Formats: sequence, C-alpha cells, structure tokens
Amino acid sequence: MKRRKERIDRGIKARSEDIFALSSYREMFYLLVPRAIPVVGLLGVAPFLSPYWKEVFISTAVYALLAISWDLLISAGLVSLGQSLFYGIGSYVAGALNYYWGWSPLFTIPVATLVGGVLCTVMLLPVLRLRGIYFAMVTLVLPLMLMRLVEATRILGGTEGLTGLTPFPNPVTSFYIIQIALLIALFGFRRIIDSDYGLVIRGINDNDRSVMSAGINIYWYKTQILFLGASVGSFAGAFGTHVDMFAGMPGFALDYSLLPVASAVVGGMGTFAGPMIGAFILVPLSEVLRALGALRIVFYGLFLVVFIVALPEGIFPYMQRKYHQFERWVEIE
Amino acid sequence: MNDLIPLLKTSGVSKSFGGVLAVASVSFELKEGELLGIIGPNGSGKTTLVNLVTGFVKPNSGRIEYRGKNITGWAPYKIVSLGIARTFQMVRPFYQLPAFKNLIVPLYSPRVKKLAGGKYGDRDAVALDLLEEVGFERDAHVSYKVAGSLPQGYLKRLELAKSMALRPDLVILDELFSGLSLAEVASIVPIIEKLRFQGKAIIMIEHRLKELFRIADRVMVLNYGKKIAEGSGKEVMEDKAVKNAYLGSETE
Repeated sequence: MKRRKERIDRGIKARSEDIFALSSYREMFYLLVPRAIPVVGLLGVAPFLSPYWKEVFISTAVYALLAISWDLLISAGLVSLGQSLFYGIGSYVAGALNYYWGWSPLFTIPVATLVGGVLCTVMLLPVLRLRGIYFAMVTLVLPLMLMRLVEATRILGGTEGLTGLTPFPNPVTSFYIIQIALLIALFGFRRIIDSDYGLVIRGINDNDRSVMSAGINIYWYKTQILFLGASVGSFAGAFGTHVDMFAGMPGFALDYSLLPVASAVVGGMGTFAGPMIGAFILVPLSEVLRALGALRIVFYGLFLVVFIVALPEGIFPYMQRKYHQFERWVEIE
Repeated sequence: MNDLIPLLKTSGVSKSFGGVLAVASVSFELKEGELLGIIGPNGSGKTTLVNLVTGFVKPNSGRIEYRGKNITGWAPYKIVSLGIARTFQMVRPFYQLPAFKNLIVPLYSPRVKKLAGGKYGDRDAVALDLLEEVGFERDAHVSYKVAGSLPQGYLKRLELAKSMALRPDLVILDELFSGLSLAEVASIVPIIEKLRFQGKAIIMIEHRLKELFRIADRVMVLNYGKKIAEGSGKEVMEDKAVKNAYLGSETE
C-alpha cells in the first residue's frame, strides 16, 4: 500500500483575485494576515530591541534591501553577483556630496539613489546582452575593480575613505527610514512583478525569444529593471554610509554581494518576501554565532548547507504553500 | 497598398554558420494575402530563412524588403512592429501560468498599443477572446488551466494565438502541424483559412505536405539552403530536383 500526499487549494474565493475577496471577514483576514506580518513585525517589534540589537537590525535591513534588489534582477534573468557595486556607488555618491559640499542626508540619499541607479545602469549597459553566468562574472568583477581603482588613484579619500560624515539627527529617524524603505521595496516590487508589466519581465527570464517575437524590446525592459534594482541598492549604500558616518572601499566588499544571494536562496527566490526573511535570519544568526569565535564561519556554513538541503524551495514558498493548501495523505494502488 | 510592390521580398539572402551554408542566396517574393508554403528535407534551411526574415539571425549577404522597405538586419522587435509575427517550431509557453496569461506578453507589445490608439484595454478579456478564436472551449475553462498541463494540440494553438494577438499582416508558421494528430490538424486548418480570409499573408513551413498543398497558393522547396523549385503543390512534386532531394537520386 503506497501513500501519496495530496494538496488541495483552500476553497476561498480570495484566491481567484476576484471582487469576491471582500465578501466576508474570514476572507478579508485570510488576505490581510500574511501582508500584515512584515508591517507589524518591522514597525511594531523593532522599537523594543536593545541598542545593540537595534544596530544589528539596521544592518540586517540594509542587507534585506540588497537581497530584494537582487531578487528583482533575477526576475528578469539578470544574475547579479555584484550587489556591492550598487552599495558602493550609492555610498560614495552620498559620501562625496556630504563630504565635499556639505549636503545634508535629506538630499544626499535621494540624489545618491537616483544618480547611483543611473551610474550602475550605465556601467552594466554594455553587458546587458550577456545572459546568466556571463553577466554574473562582470557584476562580480566590477566592484572589485572599482575598489582597486580608488586605492590606486587615491580619489575620494583613497584607502582612508571619506570620514566624519553627517549622521542621522537621531537613531530613531534612521530606524524608521530604513523600515519604511524596506516595506515600500517589498510591497512595491511584489506589485510590479504581479502586474502585466511584471509578466513581461518574468517572460524575459523564462523565454526571451518568445518575448522578442512579441515585438518587445527586451533590452529596454532589462535596462529599466536594472535601474530599479540598482537604485534600491544605491539607496541602501547611501543610507548605510550616513549610519556609519563613513564612505570607503569596504562599500565594495564581497559581503554585500554574497549575503544577498545567500538570503535569497534560503528565503526563496523570486518572492521578494523570501530574500527579506532570509536576510533577517542570516545576519542576526551571524551575530549570535560571534560567541563561537573562530568556529563561527564553520557553523554558519553548516547552517546554510542544512537549510538548502532540507528546504530547497526556500522558507517563503514553503510557508506560502502551507498557508494556501490543505495537505492529506491518500492511499494509492 | 500598391500591388506592384510585394509584401515581402528577399533577394540573394545567404547565411552561413561557421562554414556551413545554411541559406544560400535565396530570393523569393510574397504578395499581399498570399499563402506560401516552404518545404524541404530536414536541415535544408527553412527555419534559418524564417529567422533571417524575422531578424533573429542577421544575413551575411542579401537584402530583405517588407513593403519596399529594407529591413535587413533589423532587430526582431522592430520587425514585429511592422506587422510580421511568427510562431516557433518548439513551443515553449510560460508553463506555470494559466493559458490566457500567456497572451499578456504579446498584448503588451507597442504594436498592439499603437493599433488600439494608445490604449491597452482589458488584456485578460482580449486574451480569452483570442483563445476562443483558436478553439479553446470557453465552457470547459481550458483557458484558465496552467499551460504546462495542456496537451500539445492546445499548446500549438496557444502559439498561434500568440502570433495573432499582434494583429499582424504577415504570419509565419514554423511547423505548426508537427506532432499533431490528423484530427488536430483538421481543427486548425479552418483557423488558418480564417486568417487568410482576413487578408493576412501567411508563410507556412511544413512537413505535412498533403495538408499544406490543400491550402497553399504556392510552394517553395529548399534543399541544402538553396531554392530548388517553386510553383503549385502538384508542379513542385513532379519536379525532378525535388524528387531527388526527398527520395535520393537514381543516377549517382
């Protein structure tokens, strides 16, 4: 006697994305609860953290933004191993504006978001036609190249970096700025990717020839997505720079490239919520493991391996499935 | 439109892939509303010719004109916006999406927007109508089923609907009938005839000669990248070069 797990969608009309969605409180809650979790989780729980964990929270949120930006790029088939490019450019643009001209963070961050987005897009434009690993290689190399360029030419403070930048007026401001940015990116990108525009984007990833033969200029759409992703990454960089009061070569460090990828893999690619959850697990975990000293990386790596083997689909798709479907065992011949 | 200028005209188009001549100096013309069949043994350059016309591959030499306009080497999306739509031999729909959502991508194209006077309208409704037009039964909710769960016959029709969504003047069907049963072919033929009735020109690449000859105005035969014969289905099949190409020559 063999048994098989049968999955049945919950019979709630809300799942049909119809107007019926609001026909009862039960269905309203069914729709609202998952969306309320990140809002309540970020805005509600975070203020009760200790000062140390608040700092961890802020850096976690920065990584989460980079992971969400990575996830947007992967939706269009752009594999980025260079999220640190976006972070570094954003941080240097904001840092330079503040250091040389004394602009306040109120202006440096929005300007760095846009200018950083444009700069990164222009830099990657020549390789936008490359797919998969070829694009990934270039994104991996670019930030490392820029890092050495800063070192060799001693521009923008060279190895010392730009120090003594204006911090946020108080920690609470920075705390809320990053939370709201994170929520906007999360819900905004989820909405974009669910729209018809997003369907075209996902189509480029799935089967670019089919999208091309539909009369759509896929390179123009890839450029738009690259700009969006790079802007979010640059925002994270500009924000991080003002929190650290420092812009320098560490902005191009490999951490900013690899942690977002690991977060997305642990959390579940292409869902935006997944990479965010991934970042909120991995970054604090790395802090907790500090107690282990040198063995930290070993346990960290072990955790990653166990996680990827046990839940290859990612945390978020797993939770989503459990929420939307009944499961039961049925006997088969 | 001027009757003297052909809808599509290629002159001496050649393409080689690393020493292999896939298409060798092929010239042909297609009039408005005509149905041209392209046949030939496997590897004779039929699909490459389609790729050349639709811009997926750039020719080494030769010239391709659409309504008298030189479109040689244009990007695929620009060629589509002129009104040339194609289907692919290997159907690759977006498997995890419902069938009708597959049509959102072509309906999103700038050409559709331009033809609709700058408005996209309700794409879902248009997509469902299009699927009904190619024979998706509306009552059975086939259009809402995930594309990955549909049988080959429906996937081919979906592919056809994708090209029709672009409201083209010229449709290029690359082996639409391959892998289909006789009954499925018989159910698709009226859709093609309807397209002709709407005045669209059609190029069909086909291995199913019997079905093709029944609807084609003219047939062109390719072998080793060269055009070896052209004419009605009957004329072509009596041609000696064609017999040799398909059956092998008697005198070596």
